[in-house]
Amino acid sequence: MKEAGRTKSGKGNMIESKDLVHEYSRRDEDGNITGIIRAIDGVDIQVKPGDFIAVLGANGSGKSTFAKHLNGLLFPTEGTLYIDGMDTSDSTNALFVRQTAGMVFQNPDNQIIANIVEEDVGFGPENMGVPTQEILKRVEESLKEVGMFEYRRHSPNRLSGGQKQRVAIAGIMAMRPKCIVLDEATAMLDPVGRKNVLGTVLRLNKKEKITIILITHYMEEVVQADYIYVMNKGKVALEGTPGEVFREEGKLEECRLTAPQITQLVRKLRKANIPIREDIFSEEELIRSLLLFKKNGR
Amino acid sequence: MSIVLQNVSYTYRNDGNSVTQALSDINLEIHKGEFLAIVGHTGSGKSTLIQLLNGLERATQGKVFFQGKDIYSKDFSIKELRSKVGMVFQYPENQLFEATVIKDVEFGPRNMGQDTLQMELNSFQALKDVGIGEELLDASVLALSGGQKRRVAIAGVLAMQPEFLVLDEPMAGLDPVGRREIFALLQKLHKERGITIVFVSHSMEDAAEYADRVVVMNQGKIVLDGPPRKIFCYEKELERIGLGVPQATRLVHRLAEQGAQIEKDCLTVEESAAAILNWLQG
Repeated sequence: MKEAGRTKSGKGNMIESKDLVHEYSRRDEDGNITGIIRAIDGVDIQVKPGDFIAVLGANGSGKSTFAKHLNGLLFPTEGTLYIDGMDTSDSTNALFVRQTAGMVFQNPDNQIIANIVEEDVGFGPENMGVPTQEILKRVEESLKEVGMFEYRRHSPNRLSGGQKQRVAIAGIMAMRPKCIVLDEATAMLDPVGRKNVLGTVLRLNKKEKITIILITHYMEEVVQADYIYVMNKGKVALEGTPGEVFREEGKLEECRLTAPQITQLVRKLRKANIPIREDIFSEEELIRSLLLFKKNGR
Repeated sequence: MSIVLQNVSYTYRNDGNSVTQALSDINLEIHKGEFLAIVGHTGSGKSTLIQLLNGLERATQGKVFFQGKDIYSKDFSIKELRSKVGMVFQYPENQLFEATVIKDVEFGPRNMGQDTLQMELNSFQALKDVGIGEELLDASVLALSGGQKRRVAIAGVLAMQPEFLVLDEPMAGLDPVGRREIFALLQKLHKERGITIVFVSHSMEDAAEYADRVVVMNQGKIVLDGPPRKIFCYEKELERIGLGVPQATRLVHRLAEQGAQIEKDCLTVEESAAAILNWLQG
């Protein structure tokens, strides 16, 4: 691979943003600027290689604008963003940035282009100039990894939304990115589709050590993340581990987010003086704690 | 006053000439005044089903009655049906196309032939009902937020003064607060305007919280039909077809399975919390 552009920094982080600002300008019919919207307003984020990071936020919080910066679809208006040490605002880095951070978008129908599943997965590496034998190997591996190998000769338009998203993820994997960004990739899926896509992503993170940035407004999806950033009105309003973030009931409400039912139950029971831990996120753990309390009276 | 589907089936031909049966032998009566959720996983036939309700799709077998009249008979006015049964599709904001908010809302009633004054009044009232203020009437639809656009799209259907409002995944893509706002709007229309609400969803939480009747679909058939409390007793059956029950309900069911003497009939977080407290302190 060719050497990337000159500007390198970011202290060994996979992603590092410093005072990142993005402004959209609104124009009238003659192209005169009539207003400026600050979609991202001074965001500092650090992601280490291999991390599973979630960016939570309501509609209009700036999270999708942030996502588009991560693979160089948008450039900072102010501040800096380094992806694997490359400054995204340096245009000579664009190709390397996109190869480093692969994007999965919300609508599965907008990101599948070929008539056959395996051709779609091979499209990315083919464009990158990967040799044919290597493409075939990657397509097979990627499809097996997302559990879609048996559909390799199917037409994508016969697949369910969740299956299409997994094919899209396989297509990204075949390009061997160090980082995968999922921008509300589960928003259009039913519960089973969501579970399968999230399971796939989690496995890629644990097994292949791929850095994951999961962007969503479903708090249920982020309980397994290493670290969470909550965005509101273009700023990071709250950050921390799932335990640290989920306990901030008032702040989350301000950010237009709602905790999963298990968290809401835990809060209500604790308010009624039932001594269970506040960082319980799973059904199994809550049941265990409750049964133990019932048995021992504590 | 109701919509009745009688032995309705719907099949379509795929490009490879194989045939897919999207609906088979559906019998369903939607009564005026209901708040009905139609749930099912992707491909279960729920979207096809609702398109039969205002004659957008025609059943390949069986009959559909609106207020006792066969909608496929020659002298039945499909146009009138479409005004009485309003349809809001998935991501309806993608279908806004006029330059301003008010023009977009007026498009439907104008095409229905309402006279100008009536059309303006209805459109104005519809926007008021969905909570879009007067200051936005002449705004470009492009300048609105996602949630506002969706409400404008709903207003466009309301302006035709439907008796039934049918919505396909009205909360898809909205954040939790946005979802609550849309449902609060539907509840208001249901209560204050007496509009019958039919909504398609794959969220069992939403069905539990808002609907008074839930129809569960799987592979083109209705597999369960009843009030949410009754439906959620069938947890295993629901899980087998890729659905399940709300988290808080499932937790209480699990505790009962582990031998806890606990009230299992819980729909919401509040009810589940109360049941757990009762059991712990009992």
